[in-house]
Amino acid sequence: MSAAGARIGVITFPGSLDDGDARRAVRRAGASDVGLWHGDADLHGVDAVIVPGGFSYGDYLRCGAIAKFAPVMTEVVRAAGQGMPVLGVCNGFQVLCEAGLLPGVLTRNSGLHYVCRDQWLRVDNNTSTWTTRYEPGAELLIPIKHGEGRYVAEDPVLDRLEGDGRVLFRYVDGNPNGSRRDIAGITDERGRVAGLMPHPEHAVDPLTGPTDDGLGMFLSALDTLVAA
Amino acid sequence: MTDPTREAATQDPATPNGAEPVDSVEHAARTPELDQPYRELGLADDEYERIREILGRRPTEAELAMYSVMWSEHCSYKSSKTHLKYFGETTTDEMRAKMLAGIGENAGVVDIGDGWAVTFKVESHNHPSYVEPYQGAATGVGGIVRDIMAMGARPVAVADPLRFGPADAADTRRVLPGVVEGVGGYGNCLGLPNIGGEVVFDESYARNPLVNAMCVGVLKSDELQLAHATGTGNKVILFGARTGLDGIGGVSVLASETFSGDETGSGRKKLPSVQVGDPFTEKVLIECCLELYGSDLVVGVQDLGGAGLSCATSELAAAGDGGMRIDLDTVPLRAEGMNPAEILSSESQERMCAIVRPEDVDSFMAVCRKWDVTATVIGEVTDEEHLRIDWRGECVVDVPPRTVADEGPVYQRPVRRPAEQDLIAADDANTLSRPATAAELRETVLRMAASPNLCSREWVTGQYDHYVRGNTVLAQPSDGGVLRVDEETDRGIAVATDCNARYTRLDPYEGARLALAEAYRNVAVTGSKPVAVTNCLNFGSAEDPGVMWQFQQSVRGLADAAAELGIPVTGGNVSFYNQTGGDPILPTPVAGVLGVIDDVTARIPTGIGAAPGESLLLLGDTREEFGGSEWSRVVHGHLGGTPPRVDLARERLLADVLGIGSRDGLISAAHDLSEGGLAQALVEMSLIGETGARIVLPEEADPFVWLFAESAGRVAVSVPRGAELKFTELCSARGLPCSKIGVVDDESRALEIQGVGDIPLSELREAWEGTLPRLFG
Amino acid sequence: MARVVVDVMPKQEILDPQGQAVANALPRQGFEGISEVRQGKRFELEVDDGVDDDTLARIAENFLANPVIEDWAVRRVES
Repeated sequence: MSAAGARIGVITFPGSLDDGDARRAVRRAGASDVGLWHGDADLHGVDAVIVPGGFSYGDYLRCGAIAKFAPVMTEVVRAAGQGMPVLGVCNGFQVLCEAGLLPGVLTRNSGLHYVCRDQWLRVDNNTSTWTTRYEPGAELLIPIKHGEGRYVAEDPVLDRLEGDGRVLFRYVDGNPNGSRRDIAGITDERGRVAGLMPHPEHAVDPLTGPTDDGLGMFLSALDTLVAA
Repeated sequence: MTDPTREAATQDPATPNGAEPVDSVEHAARTPELDQPYRELGLADDEYERIREILGRRPTEAELAMYSVMWSEHCSYKSSKTHLKYFGETTTDEMRAKMLAGIGENAGVVDIGDGWAVTFKVESHNHPSYVEPYQGAATGVGGIVRDIMAMGARPVAVADPLRFGPADAADTRRVLPGVVEGVGGYGNCLGLPNIGGEVVFDESYARNPLVNAMCVGVLKSDELQLAHATGTGNKVILFGARTGLDGIGGVSVLASETFSGDETGSGRKKLPSVQVGDPFTEKVLIECCLELYGSDLVVGVQDLGGAGLSCATSELAAAGDGGMRIDLDTVPLRAEGMNPAEILSSESQERMCAIVRPEDVDSFMAVCRKWDVTATVIGEVTDEEHLRIDWRGECVVDVPPRTVADEGPVYQRPVRRPAEQDLIAADDANTLSRPATAAELRETVLRMAASPNLCSREWVTGQYDHYVRGNTVLAQPSDGGVLRVDEETDRGIAVATDCNARYTRLDPYEGARLALAEAYRNVAVTGSKPVAVTNCLNFGSAEDPGVMWQFQQSVRGLADAAAELGIPVTGGNVSFYNQTGGDPILPTPVAGVLGVIDDVTARIPTGIGAAPGESLLLLGDTREEFGGSEWSRVVHGHLGGTPPRVDLARERLLADVLGIGSRDGLISAAHDLSEGGLAQALVEMSLIGETGARIVLPEEADPFVWLFAESAGRVAVSVPRGAELKFTELCSARGLPCSKIGVVDDESRALEIQGVGDIPLSELREAWEGTLPRLFG
Repeated sequence: MARVVVDVMPKQEILDPQGQAVANALPRQGFEGISEVRQGKRFELEVDDGVDDDTLARIAENFLANPVIEDWAVRRVES
């Protein structure tokens, strides 16, 4: 497959906000972007799926709690089971946790405020589908913007995540939300499904973001798809 | 003598089995002597008489609710109208050339080239934000966003000029965090980047905080929507949230009292006048509206804001074919037992009203279903010159819509310049005692940087999403926010809002000119060309002749300055009665300026250190001007003298030079000089750029005056090595004063000012960034 | 010591977007027959015997609830 032949879907729920940015990032990485509608139980033949940031269905009950029941999510869970790469950013991370594709839960920031700022991250693992372009230990500057991003899981779960090398990113130079063990992003057992609170799609062009450090995530997935 | 209320309750044939009486038009005609609570609704005796004259009978309850809310200060501009005319009188055809819509529309619209148009507006939501800070601020954002949607535009950014009482006052600790959370909570959830705004503290706002909200929208210039109900037989569709008991009567009495309905027999308990916003519903409504516009399913559209359906129906009809019939029973309600007056006055949020051709109704409904938006046909357009509203089979409103929407009362309020203005002017700030030694100057730099009005706004702006939509090129703490509009051509826009109300207090005419000059300059320092003006005029009581003088002078100042700058005022908003007892707020005419930048990649940032070996230059003239200055406030608690001189020809020249400098890559950073003067500008340029600098003021300069005076028309720029000569030649060829004041020093971690000393950036940062977190946690 | 429960609910006439979102989601998941949902907060306080009802009411009114948009109710339960 050529890069442009790779089709990456981006879901739009009512209340999704960063769907346009995620699609722009996919195009900037050289792949084709495909819009997926929440009410559509159809992935339209895409090769990978991004669940973007926002406030799906208003996020009033719990972040991601209503979105996990959307018809499109049933298909995403099925496809992920068959090994399709899936990336959840911010609200998308919350949705993937609620849907059981990733362990743990995102809770209210320890500072109790919504936080929007440029955040340093360290790459912990570069073997997942979404992180192969990074060097382990590399530091990235990527925006965060969330009110409920404190990653919480029980100690055995955290131990297992760390032991299996499934922590993708950690916050450095200050933990912005009180996440346990400074965790900013994780992946599933196979390294195909990833979720993170920071917004790589807002760091693909220094004109509109602090850096283009986020582009590597989209290029990483594209490498896998092209090689397949 | 019979008791008319009793008569209404016991003898009305429309009241079977003790149900609530319907005060129909017919009933009103039969009961001319019924006492009506018009004063409680804010109507004056003569206004009520005029309504009776227009109708040839007493108004029904529903009509009374409608007139009272539409003839309120907020909706009718009855005290300001006579002054606001001046904006139109001073706008020339040349200035108007790029305006697609102006004053009187929901928001002004400006052609920015390449087929793009931009609409922008600022509105106040002051008193509701004092009563309930979170919801007041949130619904303020929601309201202005709907205004922008009603023009056919996609909202693309917000910015919020905010003013509070003293930073350390207990009530400010209640109001500010709530307001900031409300602005963020609503705007973040809508997916609109917050790219600008202001936070100002002053004693005068202690019980009268100002929460102004700006929204910017983008549309193709041929996609403009208008608020008119044309085409007899076309359907009126209400869509969005359901109608509940929110903010009943809030507008007519500035949300400070409630229209309880006790007088009208419903016996309902006193209702809260606050409204609760639902940003998720509004986000969906935005996408739904844009799809409806894109499919050409809308003939006219109006948002429901203050005055709710009263306003939407009467304004749509007045601007259209003149007539409309509405069946109130079809309005989807959230609360039980609402009467017609309540349904018409409800300020429930997240609602819009559209005029739709009958053959398009099915397609319209299909789009609404896709977005899960409730939509209901509630009536149709007629050519009867009447707005007729039925409820339970009876006509409860039958009025000529223009008398409601356009022909409200106009007042010539007394205007008198207060004698104390002379005393204030005579209290010269230039005679205040000044720091004399280097150590005192150094201490003053730090003290100023840490003061509430000059310190970092990160505690506030860090709660706002400024990245969403991926088009934000510059946001706070930049002087102006810059957005990319077109990804193909990199065309973009800039916005800034400003008002130094201390200047306006000293001289409302000159102060207003200074406000506009600063907003204009803040757009220009980003490399953008200023093209249009909006405003939000916040003042005390319209019944105070001194306040009306401030208002009249400010309007004249803004209009004259806009004319001198050659850019039109495209719209505005007036908020009176921002006062407690006899103490009005400082006159606060917030000026908003829109700019266009052909290539956003040429935008000029604020922080130094981006290019190696930069020189620092100061553009403009520095004079001994301390009247209204931040230094006089922070150090002496003083407000007196005269504000800095305004030279608008100089401002235009500055903007031209900055535009050329940006286009030709001659400028690597620029920062407007305003509150706190050069010292504060240097502090911010260094801290934002995380780079030190060495400053050597010209030999003849008095360091105190150069560092702290607030002379207008000045900008500090850093110029890359190799561009300095070309840039200084550009300035001298055009007659713009330009003094070299130092160099950027990549190695140094300090701001070194000759004659003052070295201040490590870490020390400056602690001063600048520590204040708001310390105050607000 | 007694346990005191304070329930804080949005006032009936005030829009409750949270409750509304839940109510709208229920039918999508096949749960029928629920016409309205309102979402509030529950506080549990361990209270010394000396604290009277008046004090508890002041705590609820001035601190736990925002009386502009919320109603509250205090009840003592068995500890």
